[in-house]
Amino acid sequence: MTLPAGALLLVFGYTPMLGLVMAFQNYDLYDGFLHSPWAGFSNFQELFTDPGFWQAFRNTLELFSVQLVLSFPVPIILALLLDGILSRRLRAVIQSVVTLPHFFSMVMVVTIFNQVLGGSGLLDTFLRSHGVTNPPEIMTSPALFKFLVSGQIIWKESGWGMIVYLAALAAISPSLYEAAAVDGASWWQRTRRITLPGLQPIMVLLLILNLGYALTFGFEQMLIQLQAVGPGAAQVLSTFSYENGIVEGNYSYGAAAGLFLGVTSVILILSANKVAHLLGEDGLYRSRK
Amino acid sequence: MTTITARRRKPKRPVWQERPKPVTQTTKSASILVILLIIALPIYSVALTSFSTQASINIAGGMVVWPHGLTINAYKLIAEGGVVGRALIISLAITAVGTALSMVVTILAAYGLSRVGSFGHKTILWFMMITMFFNGGIIPLFLVVSALGGFEQYWALILPSAVSVFNIIVMRAFFMNIASDMIESARIDGASDWKILWRIVLPTSKAVTAVIALFYAVGYWNSWFNILLFMPYDSVKWPLQMVMYSYVTEGMSFPGSGTSNVGQYIGSQQIAPLSLQMAVVTLTIVPILFVYPFVQKHFTKGVLLGAIKG
Repeated sequence: MTLPAGALLLVFGYTPMLGLVMAFQNYDLYDGFLHSPWAGFSNFQELFTDPGFWQAFRNTLELFSVQLVLSFPVPIILALLLDGILSRRLRAVIQSVVTLPHFFSMVMVVTIFNQVLGGSGLLDTFLRSHGVTNPPEIMTSPALFKFLVSGQIIWKESGWGMIVYLAALAAISPSLYEAAAVDGASWWQRTRRITLPGLQPIMVLLLILNLGYALTFGFEQMLIQLQAVGPGAAQVLSTFSYENGIVEGNYSYGAAAGLFLGVTSVILILSANKVAHLLGEDGLYRSRK
Repeated sequence: MTTITARRRKPKRPVWQERPKPVTQTTKSASILVILLIIALPIYSVALTSFSTQASINIAGGMVVWPHGLTINAYKLIAEGGVVGRALIISLAITAVGTALSMVVTILAAYGLSRVGSFGHKTILWFMMITMFFNGGIIPLFLVVSALGGFEQYWALILPSAVSVFNIIVMRAFFMNIASDMIESARIDGASDWKILWRIVLPTSKAVTAVIALFYAVGYWNSWFNILLFMPYDSVKWPLQMVMYSYVTEGMSFPGSGTSNVGQYIGSQQIAPLSLQMAVVTLTIVPILFVYPFVQKHFTKGVLLGAIKG
């Protein structure tokens, strides 16, 4: 019964892995994997001396960290806000509105952002009609790009991220709050001593899992906006591999960048899981059991 | 009786909790309102603009927030055929076929792997899980699919992403939690594995099946990069996301409409290019809105699975 899934994974999962030998070749479309000339590590030598590669590396780290710092707290704040609403119906309405963008594609999110923040978008026309002559070009500015990326992620994923925290909040025993209130604890003291410690395990887990995907972060999001913003700010490692390999037709070079990305990502993910285990959490997989 | 219904309608604040000060209350309501507006206003404006006349768009200077004149001409034009109407049908077909295929493959694999001790069960599980952590990357995949003749073919948009190992593992975890004595007794009564899967396992795991089907469907509906990779040239074959990307995000002009500043005509009325673009965006949202309520009640379960693994 596992045969169909296994066959699909063999063809579209494992064959490309074997194909990675091309990173050590000068791949030629007509010679294929089997007959292309070997190149040793020359692709990697070229890669590690390529300023474009290091630019992409820096961009990846910068975009990822800014995005993580800005977007990580938002679902928690949303959950706390929503948890304080007494009316169940109102909560349900708010929850269904804020989770909706999670189901939009990245193309859709960028398009919607364009209509709101782009040239002749909602904000632009509003500012112009109120006497601002030169509104900021948010969608194409390399300097603002990290904040734009963060904004898109916050808009798209915060509501979805909130659901996990809502569940964690619901799991905190009300008797803790009751006892604290009897002892005269204020709202802030209850939040700091009961709510936040209650959320901590899930916060740590999500943070660690997030870090595991740092290097492969944001492929589609950057690719869609690469032209508008320019490679100086928007080129990340994954788009670097694609641009060089497919767009430029430099297959071996792109595959070398891809292999570097794949190996470093595996190391990152495995170490992130290790850290999660050490902290007593279940990571992406369980080593025991 | 009345007190019970009254309480259900208006849940009480726990006795230990102080009444929030009016300032806190106002700040809270205001921030919730702002959050709702940030999400809803752009979507509303996109939909409204798609129904707006050229005059109305001119008054607004672009995206419409306050309606000045409504028309369904953009949708009429799409219904007449052409690139958008065709893309909509293609997208629906890919989503339907892809989801059906993915579900069959996933259910079979999850059931097979849930029978602990079945032939090679551990090895196959590892064989599958390795692909979650490492893959060949875009370029070898592109070359493999091309070598199999998948370039500019619809199957290239479905088969490479048809199996999600993650979904298999989630579903397997559910299948393993089904009371094993029920399955054992069915087996003693002579039921085959197919019968057990169809009559016992699937009916008892409707929730997880629904959530995973939704994830697959949304995945197919939203997928864009694989179209760019495998079907970059033949715009006649493009699904909706690629049409949206090219004609809306990138602002390419619609075929047959000259430059994007000049609208098309229906009868004697001009169709605003912006309303046509926004109609594409709206049409991409609508199917999501349509399935959303049916599966929403299972979300918490779905997200928790994604985050913690039950």
